[in-house]
Amino acid sequence: MTARESLETSLVGSPIERLEDAALLRGRGCFIDDVHEQGMLHAAFLRSPVAHGRIRAIDTSGARALPAIRAVYTAHDVAKFAKGSVPTIPLRLMSSPELVPFEQPVIADGKVRYVGEPVAMVVADTAAEAEDAIEAIALDIEMLPAIANRRAAVAAETLLFEKHGSNVAMHYEAAKGEARAQHTPYVRRERFAVQRHTAVPMETRGLLATWDGASARLTVKGAAKVPFSTRRVLAKCMELPEASIDLVELNVGGSFGVRGEFYPEDFMVPFAARTLGRPVKWIEDRRENLLASNHAREMDCELALACERDGTIVSLEGDVWVDAGAYVRASASIPPRSVAQSLCGPYRVPFVRITSHLALTNKTPTGTYRGPGRFEAEFFRERLLDMAARELGIDPVELRRRNLVSPTQLPYPLPTMTSPERRSELDSGDYAMALDRCLAEIGWRDKAALQGRLIDRRYHGLGVGCFVAGGAAGPRETARIMVEKDGSLAVYVGSASVGQGLETICAQIASDALRVPLERIRVFHGSTSYVSEGFGSYHSRSTAMGGSAILVAAESLGKRVRKAAAQRFACPREDITLGPELRAEHGGRSLALAELAGDGLSAEEAFSNAHITYSYGAAAAHVAVDARTGHVDVLDYVNVEDVGRVINPLTAVGQAVGGIVQGLGGTFLEHLQYDDDGQLLTASLADYMLPTASDFPNVRAVVLEHARSPCNPLGAKGGGEGSIAPVAGVIANAVASALVDFDVQPRELPLTPQRIWELIHDRERTTGSVR
Amino acid sequence: MKLPAFGYASPSSLSDAIALLAAARGTAKPIAGGQSLIPVLAFRLAKPALLVDLRNVPGLDRIRIGADGVRLGAMVRWCDIEADDRLRGAHPLLVDAVSHVAHYQIRNRGTVGGSLAHADPAAELPGVAVACEAELTLMGPQGSRVVSASDFFRGALSTVLTDDELIVEVRLPAWPNSRRWAFEEFARRRGDFALAGIVAFYDRDASGRATNTRLVAIGTAQYPRRLRRAEAALDGSPVDEQAIERAARAARLEVEPASDLHASADYRRSLVETLAERALLEARARADQAS
Amino acid sequence: MNEARSIRFDLNGKAVQIDVATHRTLADCLRHDLLQTGTHVGCEHGVCGACTVIVDGAAVRACLMLAVQADGARVTTVEGLASGDRLSPLQTEFRRHHALQCGFCTPGILTTAHALLTNEPDADRPRIREVLSGNLCRCTGYVPIVEAVYAARDAYRSERGTDS
Repeated sequence: MTARESLETSLVGSPIERLEDAALLRGRGCFIDDVHEQGMLHAAFLRSPVAHGRIRAIDTSGARALPAIRAVYTAHDVAKFAKGSVPTIPLRLMSSPELVPFEQPVIADGKVRYVGEPVAMVVADTAAEAEDAIEAIALDIEMLPAIANRRAAVAAETLLFEKHGSNVAMHYEAAKGEARAQHTPYVRRERFAVQRHTAVPMETRGLLATWDGASARLTVKGAAKVPFSTRRVLAKCMELPEASIDLVELNVGGSFGVRGEFYPEDFMVPFAARTLGRPVKWIEDRRENLLASNHAREMDCELALACERDGTIVSLEGDVWVDAGAYVRASASIPPRSVAQSLCGPYRVPFVRITSHLALTNKTPTGTYRGPGRFEAEFFRERLLDMAARELGIDPVELRRRNLVSPTQLPYPLPTMTSPERRSELDSGDYAMALDRCLAEIGWRDKAALQGRLIDRRYHGLGVGCFVAGGAAGPRETARIMVEKDGSLAVYVGSASVGQGLETICAQIASDALRVPLERIRVFHGSTSYVSEGFGSYHSRSTAMGGSAILVAAESLGKRVRKAAAQRFACPREDITLGPELRAEHGGRSLALAELAGDGLSAEEAFSNAHITYSYGAAAAHVAVDARTGHVDVLDYVNVEDVGRVINPLTAVGQAVGGIVQGLGGTFLEHLQYDDDGQLLTASLADYMLPTASDFPNVRAVVLEHARSPCNPLGAKGGGEGSIAPVAGVIANAVASALVDFDVQPRELPLTPQRIWELIHDRERTTGSVR
Repeated sequence: MKLPAFGYASPSSLSDAIALLAAARGTAKPIAGGQSLIPVLAFRLAKPALLVDLRNVPGLDRIRIGADGVRLGAMVRWCDIEADDRLRGAHPLLVDAVSHVAHYQIRNRGTVGGSLAHADPAAELPGVAVACEAELTLMGPQGSRVVSASDFFRGALSTVLTDDELIVEVRLPAWPNSRRWAFEEFARRRGDFALAGIVAFYDRDASGRATNTRLVAIGTAQYPRRLRRAEAALDGSPVDEQAIERAARAARLEVEPASDLHASADYRRSLVETLAERALLEARARADQAS
Repeated sequence: MNEARSIRFDLNGKAVQIDVATHRTLADCLRHDLLQTGTHVGCEHGVCGACTVIVDGAAVRACLMLAVQADGARVTTVEGLASGDRLSPLQTEFRRHHALQCGFCTPGILTTAHALLTNEPDADRPRIREVLSGNLCRCTGYVPIVEAVYAARDAYRSERGTDS
């Protein structure tokens, strides 16, 4: 449906084509590297070539001597600027005092702790010359032993932070229930591991900072995801009032959680601009992106599932180890908390004790990546359920049905998290319905007989998994709607666009709420100058929070229109009726919005939320495994998810399918591999393998609107991170089902052909293997 | 990952190109399609002082088919091989192997000469060249020389080409219609370098037994070599399943792959056996179709 | 060693002439010298395909071509696909099928698909997938992209005068 046809029908729920598309299709988007400003200089970073060491000397004279070089900065310069010490990057969410010692300095300060850590910054006339100058800097580092994995971190023969007695920064606990039953008939203990991988958006990071000395204003373009939070941190580091910093969001080439958090470069580039009084641009190259943007997902666990003989779950206990990398960066507290809290999923688990441990290693720091902790938790738990089902002789689907929380049990308490304490509960939903729908979609009943059979050189298998995905994190989001002189509307929202179709969604919501046609609405998002306060896009919150804020602002605007019209008509406000396009009517007279616009009509409102919404669903896969090569063909993959309210079915399904394919990448292909010296071996897209168009053609997603969320006026649950979560568990279950005759039980990701081949041939993994 | 600065020349004759390379005394690199070379420069793994672009050198882009086989000029691109219908009959193995090379955009620029000179251990054309005992014509300041494919490759990314020499042409010997052949490779994703691959063909003697068996593995050694013991396991036998399994097992024992980031030695060995078996079965099936 | 060359080529139907450093890639020349920023750079080592442009009718990776190698060529970028204000049939199908989200990889996919369908308007889905496997997308999962390209075939067939 086009924008023109929009007035006739309700837009919310309609698969209208996106407003963003026309410009993007023409190549007329504006991404950060598309911006060219007068007098712009270019920054490049010298990054540590070793994983752990003490910086003895940095000789920048070779770089400074090059003609095109304007400045070279190290910790020494930053400390001078910042009154004595190099600022560190605070946690954005769920901070606690225990984590502060492990915050990353904005530039390496005395020590380097991971390959890729910024040690010096060069500013030059061109990007190529900046890169040339990097090679002219001489770095003298006293190498220290590298902590290459979490076991070495725990053993602590070397400390990353000498003042702290260990390499384990933090423990979190998810707890539920008073005391475990004394004796359960069945207990299954297992270890599982998920490999390090990450978001790898197609656009790398980039910033363009400009300092206007006359007005003492700093403008930073290239912001994403959480611009208001970034501004707050930058203001503190720069000792500037927030009001004199503008963070401007342009087109963003994907985030998936990784872009937009505060990184060292988010200080260094503005610092250079301010110091030099010239605009400074920095564009991350792909090698840097793989080395320096947040890594994610590396976790291993020891879990024990206890059940009755009929498969009724009694308890889930255990430990999860998170390999967090060398520093605790802005979003690092989320994955260890989330994995612990997500382990129960949509299942009834009376007793839970999960402890997650945040271990520091000499590798790139980590943070949130789409469905943080949930992808890992789903893999651990769904594998455990299938293994238990097999041993107990219960059909795996039946086992799940027996344990799914039923609608009458909602709201259902999730385990309580510590440090800081957070309680949450599953809000609304029919989990069994989603499972049934998923099984129907994949044709489970018809295909069940194929499991384990060898057809045409391949073994066939089916796998299933159920999930919930938390969204709509509070505390607030803000929207401002302004009436332009011609009566059209400008909608400003604090949510950030990372490519998910935010503008279209917001316009649909505003259009329906105010009965103004789409083409008379423009949406502005993300930049800090648009609203007084914003929180941004993470935790699948843009629709629920940003969209709800728009609804609240729309209501408020309606009130103001009434007030303004009442003054003109000299009548009570209650007597004004608002027609389509906010036309104010009273007793035969009417005023178009454009006529009232001169009065300066606008409304800015915040929507607050303290309750997490939970989208939920199930996923299933049909695979065929070549036992001789270990290659797995995904013949069919279905994700069914209830998101409460679908604003745009096109974008909702689009998000779901994109999430599935990312999940398949994480299951089969993607692996940030390090050697024992902490060197990243996969620092190019030739070695870090992303899914391509020919790898997973048979994926599909069904998006439902069954159970509205009670937590916001839209009834929307967050919908962008559900489909990625169950992928690994479902696929691994399908592979186990296919290879049942070989008694193959995948416990580690990625499921490379070699790993599957090794499981079949029962080889011992050598201790010297690359992790 | 901006490219380091370099000088650039695009000579209009082969002798000018060679003269430029010779004068640079090892500091220059020829550039053909650039699909392998430019990434090397982007990662700053090499910093040549001069690039000698062959794009304007005439006569290097011809595909000639005659009684002595198929002659591919060094600047023939993968897309040119795909587009030349004559090759389907003249050298089906070449066409099939080339269909596995990289991706659409790369195939529009990447060249035969570039691939042979770059000598990636997992590349398809070097494997085909060795299996077919192809002959490469090299040209240098001293004139031309012909080197057989099995003598051309010396190691991973290493050949006998001197700094001032260029590949001009590669000749694949004439391909008999009755030949049975297959190309099998295993890569993680379509277009990736193979973790292992097998080039296989054989002819048949009057009694239908295999002769002239060629088995070459790619991706399992520093450079492709004929697996002569595996070949011998098939030569002289009727091509039945036992003989095929025997040859495949022999191939597995004969290769000495390394372990690396993408695959272990053991896994590669296993792949070699699987791929050799499947390739020979496929080759044999081709026979059934033809007769 | 920082040499410059004067080059001339046809860009989207217009003649351009520009001085470029010999180590400037075609991608950077288009983006930063000619300010045609529709072509995006995603990796600079020839894997992601975001920089794909059409040179003399062939889809190529602009990050793997030197600008000087485009001298005398006919170059088409994403900016040359639409005519005036109207999106091309291929672009229209992308919009209809929601074949883009963040839009960063989109220009390279459009030029690749345009080159493919111009030469092979009957390309089937496996062929489309095979050709597009040289273009990485992180947002869409590729399914709607393949459908959009498939749906656009009709427009290319009718351009050729073929009755389908």
